[in-house]
Amino acid sequence: MIEATLFAIVVYDIAALFFQFLNSFGFIILATVGLAIIFGMMGVINLAHGEFILIGVYGTALAYHAGIPLPAAMAVGVVVTTVFGVVIERTIVRHFYDRLLDSMVATWGLALVISQLLLIVFGSSLDSIGTPLGSVSYGPFSSSIYRSVLLPAIAILVLAGLYVLFTRTEFGIKARATIEDPETARAMGIDTDRMYVATFAIGSALAGLTGALYAPALGSITPNRGGTFLVEAFVAVVVGGPSVIIGTLSASGVLSLFNAGGSFFFGTFTGQMLLLLVAIVALRVLPDGITGYVDDWRQRRREG
Amino acid sequence: MSEYSFTRRSVLASGATALGLSVAGCSGGGGGSGPTVGVLEDRSGNFQLNGTSKWQATRLALEEINENGGLLDEEIEIVDPDPQSDNSRYQELTERLILQDQVDALWAGYSSATREAIRPIINENEQLYFYTTQYEGGVCDNTIFPVGATARQQLGIVTPYLADEFGDDIYIIAADYNFGQLSGDWVNVLAQENDYNIVGEEYIPLDETDFSSVINRIQNEDPDFIMSMLVGANHENFYDQRATNDITDIPIGTSTTLAQGHEHIRYDPPALANVYAGVSYMEELGDLRDGEDFVADFYDRWPDANYLNQEAQNNYFSVYLWAEAVEEAGTFDQQEVISVLEEGRDISAPSGDLTLDGATHHMEHEMRVGICDGNHEISFDGQERIGPSFLREEVEGGDGCDLREQDSTTQYVPSDVYDV
Repeated sequence: MIEATLFAIVVYDIAALFFQFLNSFGFIILATVGLAIIFGMMGVINLAHGEFILIGVYGTALAYHAGIPLPAAMAVGVVVTTVFGVVIERTIVRHFYDRLLDSMVATWGLALVISQLLLIVFGSSLDSIGTPLGSVSYGPFSSSIYRSVLLPAIAILVLAGLYVLFTRTEFGIKARATIEDPETARAMGIDTDRMYVATFAIGSALAGLTGALYAPALGSITPNRGGTFLVEAFVAVVVGGPSVIIGTLSASGVLSLFNAGGSFFFGTFTGQMLLLLVAIVALRVLPDGITGYVDDWRQRRREG
Repeated sequence: MSEYSFTRRSVLASGATALGLSVAGCSGGGGGSGPTVGVLEDRSGNFQLNGTSKWQATRLALEEINENGGLLDEEIEIVDPDPQSDNSRYQELTERLILQDQVDALWAGYSSATREAIRPIINENEQLYFYTTQYEGGVCDNTIFPVGATARQQLGIVTPYLADEFGDDIYIIAADYNFGQLSGDWVNVLAQENDYNIVGEEYIPLDETDFSSVINRIQNEDPDFIMSMLVGANHENFYDQRATNDITDIPIGTSTTLAQGHEHIRYDPPALANVYAGVSYMEELGDLRDGEDFVADFYDRWPDANYLNQEAQNNYFSVYLWAEAVEEAGTFDQQEVISVLEEGRDISAPSGDLTLDGATHHMEHEMRVGICDGNHEISFDGQERIGPSFLREEVEGGDGCDLREQDSTTQYVPSDVYDV
């Protein structure tokens, strides 16, 4: 009897830890994926990535408060962010391809402009949207279905979709050719300009999707919430390395394992510290990130 | 609710304001001639949600005084650049307002971190300074008047109220910086005095937004109530996740929620159900003075305002407190005004008849428990007048801090007196 109770307690604890891991895993993937595409494919670090996500949040929240049902409001958020992304690509970002440092300064400035404009136009905050779907209870614990089940599942689907898009479709092959060697690609008749716009639009759409999905899970909606996403995204891109999909997936897995584990056993403070500590160690040991190391290792094995 | 409009004019106007501010910054301004008051409250950045209301109420009070003929027959000039929730900008602007604009009094800052960042500059220049946010307490400083309720006053009313009502197992969650840590110490002090059990205690970084592990730990400990001193927009997510995880039946006592960030308006029920805030004022309290209507005046002046928060009321009455002291002193000279204030003063505020304690520069507040129900309706209970007893009676081995008798620029903390 006592053994059975003990066993149940251990199972509940493991379940709680697992749901916390999924929560963190989904968040890091969704926060990262748009940034990773734009960085991995175009060599531009978009420091306004958090604000792009925030535009998705605002688009969704404004549509929702105007009476549109939540799923449709989310679609509005994605569309608004995508259109915004295309406009920004045409006017600003296209001047900065493969100019990493310049792109960081320019997009950082853009981030300031966006959050100030949101403040001026929409005021200090929008009404929040409650998290849908409720929670699942087990033993003494409960976990949000939306945050710990639905969002991680969507995150995996997004990565799978990107994998198919970039490896199995004509568009994906053209886009990768454009990134690898724009001149040859042009010589082969690919409209590289269009490829750049399209890739940036996909990155923006993914940022918009993240914003739309987190609009009802963000709590307060204020013009400075972009920062909520940027740190995790930045760290995950650096840890993941150049390969967009595998990099995002592996970095999110490692980081959320440490984040959730630290939070579960020692508290949220330790969880945050561990996440940053892992990033520092990873940078020291694997300067090209996880996927850079894997590539390196394969190369050496082939040579050896 | 305000209407959202994205007109060319509004963008142009704000651009022009920004430009105007930077030009004013170069031209010097102020000094010499008439009386000048400095107002540094955040209208952008992390604390804009709370700071904007404070700025609006300060302006309202000063404009009312000017409309009624000014002070000592002079019109008060207001210098109020936006410090943008940035402590280093606060330091620059504080220096500029003191040295260049030569302000006769200063209202500045939302967070305790900000207050501590500018306090050395205030001390160096012996500037009369009103800090109006509710805070952890203990500042005993020659020229500073912290007129907001302190942790001892806020937690002192709400913690025993909840323990009487629900039982005495307490779980503490608080923001991980000076205010949150010291507030947590105060709950520990109250627990020692009243034999409550602290079953868990966690300090959470200000940028944390994910509370799933915190909620699991709370569920594991199953407290009778939670004491929450969470701060800022990121931490608000706790209340939403609390509703999602169906633990709104565990009551929460707080000194930070409701009265500042008006979460009961911004979140859908039942996120804030069963939250009990120790407050000196909330908009829902209206105006307790005869024949006055602070809330209506506030929204007449600022039709787009989101909420009239507790801190804004402190700004409002403390401007009048200062003005009355200036009238009595017959001069704007800061030392003379401070001497008058240190005689102690009664002031009729929207939140009730309050008293400034001259010795400690703190207020005797009418404290009450603001209760948020399942529909996010606010009611008040357990009203009690609470003075600044920590500074007056407990520090310095019971002698208290008396700024009329001594020079001091200290902040006392609970561990100076208690074993926490």
